Amino acid sequence: MSKKESKDLMIDGKRLDGRNPDELRSISIKANVIKNAMGSAYIEWGMNKIVSAVYGPSEALPKHTGDSEKATIKCRYTMAPFSSLEEHGRPGMNRRAVEISKVTSEVFSNIVLLEKFPGNEIDIYIEVLQGDGGTRAAGITCAAVALAMSGIPIRDIPFAVSVGKIGRTLVLDMNKIEDNYSDADVPMAINPRNGELTLLQMDGILTGEELSRAIEMARHAGETISRIQRNAIGEQYGQIDA
Amino acid sequence: MHVSTITEEYIRDRLLRGLREGRKGLLSYRGISIITGTMPNAEGSAEVSIGDTKVVAGVKIDVAEPMRDTPEEGTLTTAAELLPMASESYDPGPPSPEAVEISRVIDRGIRAAGIVDTEKLFIEPEKVWGVYIDVYVLNYDGNLFDAGTLAATSALLTSRMPKYENGAVIREGDLGRLETKNIVTSCTFAKVSNNIILDPDGNEELFAGARLTVANDENYLRAMQKGISGSFTAKEIGSMVDITFERSKDLRKLVKNAAGE
Repeated sequence: MSKKESKDLMIDGKRLDGRNPDELRSISIKANVIKNAMGSAYIEWGMNKIVSAVYGPSEALPKHTGDSEKATIKCRYTMAPFSSLEEHGRPGMNRRAVEISKVTSEVFSNIVLLEKFPGNEIDIYIEVLQGDGGTRAAGITCAAVALAMSGIPIRDIPFAVSVGKIGRTLVLDMNKIEDNYSDADVPMAINPRNGELTLLQMDGILTGEELSRAIEMARHAGETISRIQRNAIGEQYGQIDA
Repeated sequence: MHVSTITEEYIRDRLLRGLREGRKGLLSYRGISIITGTMPNAEGSAEVSIGDTKVVAGVKIDVAEPMRDTPEEGTLTTAAELLPMASESYDPGPPSPEAVEISRVIDRGIRAAGIVDTEKLFIEPEKVWGVYIDVYVLNYDGNLFDAGTLAATSALLTSRMPKYENGAVIREGDLGRLETKNIVTSCTFAKVSNNIILDPDGNEELFAGARLTVANDENYLRAMQKGISGSFTAKEIGSMVDITFERSKDLRKLVKNAAGE
């Protein structure tokens, strides 16, 4: 593959897909797509297509994974072997998926009223059917809707988004090609009620000042993302089954 | 999975009277939908639902090493993933015997019907095309065999064929389709309280005594699999085969429509 550099990713202030630096890809969410689950949701975020489902609370098994004082969140993020334009992947968990699953579990442990379900587990599944960069953020945003639909008591509905850097420009919500050649990537999850961060990862090169601006960009984008999440939930409650 | 005694008795009682939840009879399918091309990163894809059973199949085509015994033929690999999100009774981990059985039955039908001609997938010595079919179960409500076969066949029929040029695989741009011929579908039956039913849903499968999957094309049987500990008489099997040839006309039509043929 020819060496691409981040300077090729922006032309006249516009990104390769025509977006402005602070522009999200289009996002749509549909709740209640997996009938067997307690709660579920499907998100299309740009070319990402991700489905999430929540089961539980149920007795934590094996027993040693449970906590006698509170519920345990078990998140499982996986990518389907046909999810990328590259070669056939392996199903199940690799080291990347294990890490993403862990930090995602922590995002949701922050907002579920865990103390209500001692000794129980809550399973959150995130399956990336098609990936195009930013799948962890899209997955968390989707799983938050699934969790809200499950009826498990939560304090807030977190959203997630990634901010990257192309050259000296901070860009919101990078797609796969931007992600591959960018200078920095900062995925974040935020609780909209208090604006606090429950996921923060970073790699690349960034100044402290740029990080502050990145967080501000994510918060601002959250207004849009949260509205899409709330609409997806509201749509379901609007439909009364006879 | 746990089903209450009341549910079980209710379903048995209705089956005895020839009634099923939301269906015309013992030998009818639930509503079937097939949508192809839903996952454009894959070379081919199809989303299939039969009632509340929902599966998605993705096809990837890569450069692969040939099998030792067929050095000039491409390879075909089918896998089924019973995602834990699809049912409370599915656990994360390596494929269960159930998942392996489903993938192998789907694979046999596709292979036997000759949908993909692996001899045409030769590139150069030691290099052939590998076709990988993954059937992902998103929601379980019975009859994964038929849903999986419909999805796998529909995805194959609509797959792009990558090119191999100067040592690189080209997956985008001006590509033709994967060459396929024939269509295979399957009909799955279950025996519940001495009734033979077509397209068992999740509740019906739970207390089915025996199960039979018959995969066929227009003229021939292509794969079969009997499952669960019960048995069938030769006469029952004969009638299930007849019904399969009849019902599969509609299934092939659905696949053709979804594949734009």
